Amino acid sequence: MGRYIARRLLLTIPVLIGASFLIFALVYALPGDPIRALGGDRPLAPAVVAQLRDEFNLNDPLWLQYVKYMGDLLQGDFGTDFRGRPVLDTVERTLPVTIRLTIVAIAFEAVIGIVAGVLAGIRRNGFLDNVVLVSSTLVVSIPILVLGFVAQFVFGLQFGWFPIAGIQEGWYSYLLPGLVLAAGSLAYVARLTRTSVAENLRADFVRTAKAKGLPRRTVVVRHTLRNSLIPVVTFIGADIGTLMGGAIVTETVFNLPGLGRAVFDAIQGQEGAVVVGIVTLMVFFFVFFNLAVDVLYAVLDPRIRYD
Amino acid sequence: MRLSKRSAVLIATGVTGAMLLSACGGGGDDSGSGAGGGGSDGDGGTFSIMINEPENPLIPTNTAESEGHQVLSTLFTGLIEYSAEGEVQYTGVAESIESPDSTTWTVTLKDGWNFHDGTPVTAQSFVDAWNYGAYSPNAQQTSGFFSNIQGYADLQAPTDAAGNVTGDPVATEMSGLQVVDDLTFTVTLAAPFAQFPITVGYNAFYPLPEAFFEDPEAAGTLPIGNGPFQATEEFVPGQGFTVTRYDDYGGEEPAKAESVEFRVYADVSTGYTDLQAGNLDVLPDLPPDALASIEDEFGDRFLQAPSSGTQFLGYPTYDARFADPRVRQAFSMAFDRQAVADAIFAGAYEPADSYIAPVVEGHRPGICEYCELDVERANQLLDEAGFDRSQPIELWFDAGGGHDAWVEAIGNQFRENLGVEYTLRGDLEFAEYLPLLESGGVTGPFRLGWSMDYPSPQNYTEKLFGTTALPPGGSNYFFYSNPEFDALVQQANSAASNEEAIAGYQQAEDILLQDMPIIPVFFQVEQSAHSEAVSDVVIDVFGDIRVAEVTVN
Repeated sequence: MGRYIARRLLLTIPVLIGASFLIFALVYALPGDPIRALGGDRPLAPAVVAQLRDEFNLNDPLWLQYVKYMGDLLQGDFGTDFRGRPVLDTVERTLPVTIRLTIVAIAFEAVIGIVAGVLAGIRRNGFLDNVVLVSSTLVVSIPILVLGFVAQFVFGLQFGWFPIAGIQEGWYSYLLPGLVLAAGSLAYVARLTRTSVAENLRADFVRTAKAKGLPRRTVVVRHTLRNSLIPVVTFIGADIGTLMGGAIVTETVFNLPGLGRAVFDAIQGQEGAVVVGIVTLMVFFFVFFNLAVDVLYAVLDPRIRYD
Repeated sequence: MRLSKRSAVLIATGVTGAMLLSACGGGGDDSGSGAGGGGSDGDGGTFSIMINEPENPLIPTNTAESEGHQVLSTLFTGLIEYSAEGEVQYTGVAESIESPDSTTWTVTLKDGWNFHDGTPVTAQSFVDAWNYGAYSPNAQQTSGFFSNIQGYADLQAPTDAAGNVTGDPVATEMSGLQVVDDLTFTVTLAAPFAQFPITVGYNAFYPLPEAFFEDPEAAGTLPIGNGPFQATEEFVPGQGFTVTRYDDYGGEEPAKAESVEFRVYADVSTGYTDLQAGNLDVLPDLPPDALASIEDEFGDRFLQAPSSGTQFLGYPTYDARFADPRVRQAFSMAFDRQAVADAIFAGAYEPADSYIAPVVEGHRPGICEYCELDVERANQLLDEAGFDRSQPIELWFDAGGGHDAWVEAIGNQFRENLGVEYTLRGDLEFAEYLPLLESGGVTGPFRLGWSMDYPSPQNYTEKLFGTTALPPGGSNYFFYSNPEFDALVQQANSAASNEEAIAGYQQAEDILLQDMPIIPVFFQVEQSAHSEAVSDVVIDVFGDIRVAEVTVN
């Protein structure tokens, strides 16, 4: 197992280098001149433009810019944006917001999704099953932007249960955006769990467990659920990776200063160093959580081994 | 000009969501409980105001946009101040700014002004700040504002043909700035400019304390100013900060509120919802979709004021089809500005009827002969000029700024009234749009906006249409160049008195009104709203809220 993890981690290095170059090239290929756009309608003084272009190596060809960027990176210098703010500061400021939002969203997604899925799965075609089917279809089909504004209007403005925007009230501020963000995935988790549970309930080992006279609770939780969770864990693991990439819409609607907004702004401003720094971090998260999922398989299903 | 965030706001607004909100909006949740923080305990109280993310660290010489300006103008006081209507008032640091020849200006400071760190505001504080702003290796965005001071060129690093910096500037201080004593300095301009005192209230000209030069980076998040409020905590990007009243303020009017929270919102719709719920006190800009119901909901807490902002369609005068002034006059007369404004903006814009905006001294209402709808005359002018109507014209605007609707509406009127087809060219982002304008690459009328840096007609004439304002470095994207116009502007610049200068700029405007290098389309109206927790909320001609005058109930 240890060697497997080490090998997988080593493999992330070429992935990260490849991804960072790709992103760097994409930002480079964006049309327009980021320095020109800095000043808005009013053009900057020519010497100031020259100074900024020089400072950020914008006159160099792509490969040289990348080499210079990587050279600085290896010395621990992540660079700055065009406003002189270090990229690391931006990450340090926005990452905790995104982590909190992800934790809240994943908690909703896992707890509500799995419980609803199991309840629907053990009584297939029953009343609860239909309720879950209808409500999850409904939630999946509503765009998150609409969901966000409606939730904000109803629960924030009309009822006043939750803060409308911002992160002033600590974890409490994350509940509503977390729920909105989780809504879509939550429905998937419920459907996935339901199908998986319903299928496993007809499996041979469950029949055996029932025949042994085990209590129903033990059969469902210990035998069925554990086996049914493998596809669900895969989905949630991948979802953590996605959510860590920041949720631009949710962050904007609820005014959360997270990674998603930071990278969105950076792309708009063609801030190469910022985009590459943050997106490479996102790639790392994605790879890491996929690895974690693979490791979890072995825990859930002892038949799976990595040697 | 300062990049107005209004367009940026439109980009970020999830239009669907905003429509949804205004649709549900009418309902009377008008609890209006105190917002922000403690309400009216202690003296003065505290209130919150929305801003968009300032583009740059909070350094006066590096701030050329509206959001940073709103914050900085509460933390700093310049040589002069502007009234809400844009008149120059000597309530700032300067006792007087005088010149015998409009070229060499003697600035005398008042005694007793201090920075928030306790050090006095001296002549050196201004001279050092302006030199810092002009010195090109500092890459300050307002550098161009100092370009009319003698010796500015010596502070610009040399570049080769490809635009690479090839060395250091020959000087670090402009020869035109001389400190006479602690409270006096002289400014020598490269060319006479009678309205120089009007310009120095802009944030580029704020003084900076010695502590700034030791660590400009730290001062970008924790600015040390001399204004009615002081920063006591660091500005957090994406969130904002709270500033507190500076009790040792050198000005006549101390701030009314005890403290103010500048809160950064990414989306103005969210700010509006927070205002409705009573979590926010002042919303300086409004989401477009809220306008339909806002008067019912906010009553006299919905504010409107004329602003310096204009929207216009510039002509590529280098393009053969638009080289004839008669063609340019014709298109300007071929659409109904009021109808477009009513249909699309619900009062946020008014028809433009001059080149010099209404908030500036020297504006003459209705002076633009060709800004009135007159289909017959427009067609006649096109015929006289021999304009080829079989070819469609291209209408350009920048993508994502919310300009599609009104440009298209104007296009439709061109088609209907002149029989000229149009195609919309609105797919370039600003970063691509500007360089294209700068290289003279557009093929038809193009959208641009302008808002003033200082309330002078010079800002609406020379800065846009002068030969000196040709790109690169200037905003004359129309490549309009008329020696007669330039001469009149020069004459006005070197006038002996303000009145004479204004009369001169008006003469220059008269030439523009015939040559029509642009189609003036709209004057912008600032629209704000506030909660019941505050009163005395005033919008000034720069579109800023007069933060120091706001009282907490």
